[in-house]
Amino acid sequence: MFRKLHEPEAGALTIDIDGVPAMAEPGESVAAVLLRQAEPWSRLTPVSQSKRAPYCMMGVCFDCLADVDGIASVQTCLRPVCDGMRVARQIGKRTIGS
Amino acid sequence: MRADVVVIGAGVVGAAIAYGLATRNVRVLAIDGGDRDFRAANANFGLVWQQGKGLDMPAYQQLTRGSVELWPNFSAELADASAIDVHYDRSGGLSICLSEAEFETQRTTLLRLHNQLGGAEADWEMLDRSALVRLLPTVEFGPDVVGASYGPDDGQTNPLRLLSALHAGLLRRGGALRGGSTVHAVHSDGSGGFTIEFGSERVSAARVVIAAGLGSKALAAQVGLDIPIRPQRGQILVTERLAPFLPIPMQGLRQTREGTVMIGSTRDDPGFDNSTTVEAGAWLSARALRRVPALRDTMLVRQWAGLRVLTPDEYPIYAESQSHPGAFVAVCHSGVTLAAAHAALLAEAIAAGRLPPSLDAFHQRRFDVPQAA
Repeated sequence: MFRKLHEPEAGALTIDIDGVPAMAEPGESVAAVLLRQAEPWSRLTPVSQSKRAPYCMMGVCFDCLADVDGIASVQTCLRPVCDGMRVARQIGKRTIGS
Repeated sequence: MRADVVVIGAGVVGAAIAYGLATRNVRVLAIDGGDRDFRAANANFGLVWQQGKGLDMPAYQQLTRGSVELWPNFSAELADASAIDVHYDRSGGLSICLSEAEFETQRTTLLRLHNQLGGAEADWEMLDRSALVRLLPTVEFGPDVVGASYGPDDGQTNPLRLLSALHAGLLRRGGALRGGSTVHAVHSDGSGGFTIEFGSERVSAARVVIAAGLGSKALAAQVGLDIPIRPQRGQILVTERLAPFLPIPMQGLRQTREGTVMIGSTRDDPGFDNSTTVEAGAWLSARALRRVPALRDTMLVRQWAGLRVLTPDEYPIYAESQSHPGAFVAVCHSGVTLAAAHAALLAEAIAAGRLPPSLDAFHQRRFDVPQAA
């Protein structure tokens, strides 16, 4: 759906999205990386289980929520990537303690 | 315009009375104020609760228990009348104790209440921590939780759905509802009835019920009733939707049917001010985490405040004016729990034109006793 205008330079990072490695650049957000994937969605809604993808990219719409390093409901547009980060798309209602 | 009864105020108290009147084929008009009015009905926590209520006022304990008893039928009939499910669960209710001292205080309070009621079987129990864990195996309690009191008849509802259902039920049962209309005058029409003025309009009615929450004081004064009421602020937090984990509501912590967790509530007295404070948000969060630490990373989505409607002893006022017979006042806290009683016995009484002896104890003359020096 989206692609970068340039090739990531040396020093690129790898993050894990639902078990699939994804290339990322220092300084970009997790949501930006999600949008470049073949499946760009970030979560299924708690009510109707319909797909949502990052939308506003500025911390307002909450559509980009995902599980990051074991913490659910992280606003991925506000979270810079770091090497080895584990991202899981969030499915429906969050479970307490996750 | 003419009505048999005009109810001033269509919050959860006025709307329940008006709905009850409409189901009795009384020609009723409920007049509701503006969106920016102080509306306790829109800020409510949503417990349908009897446990621990009515200390030193057995009539209130009776009224509350009676209303809780009516709730299952009331909510079913309301769903039928309004086509709105108010999400009522008679799930039982818990009051969590965070120290042995709290546990003993709670036990003593419930015992005193029980003895003041007289006769009846105990319908509550104190649970120690292991019994509590057995009751709620899906919840990991904080280390400070020593136990809880459990009331099997307590439960919860969605207060916003309740209010919508009462409005819809009122209309579908033939009543009328006027929104955005602030009543500024109520007076006798000279022939035993009343004229109620709002905006540039006026309506005549044989009887009038003032159930306008904090706005009731000024209106009641116009029909010879001096009712001492004051606002008390309460603040509530609500979380994002979580998978169901808390099937039984606690005082101050409950999971709604949608999955959100409501965390309440504070008490303070800033007057007519329903703004929220950071201190309250922090206090509520800390208190919830002592009960259920796993809420730690949960996102809060909203904090709000509402103003409770309190009398000096915090119990309701139901009264008919002596100088203006046919003018009634109904103000209370706990309008959700009492909604079933308001729609039944109170509506019945107003339809009949007089309050029953069981409500004598709620007349505001109880506050007239001269203070000892």
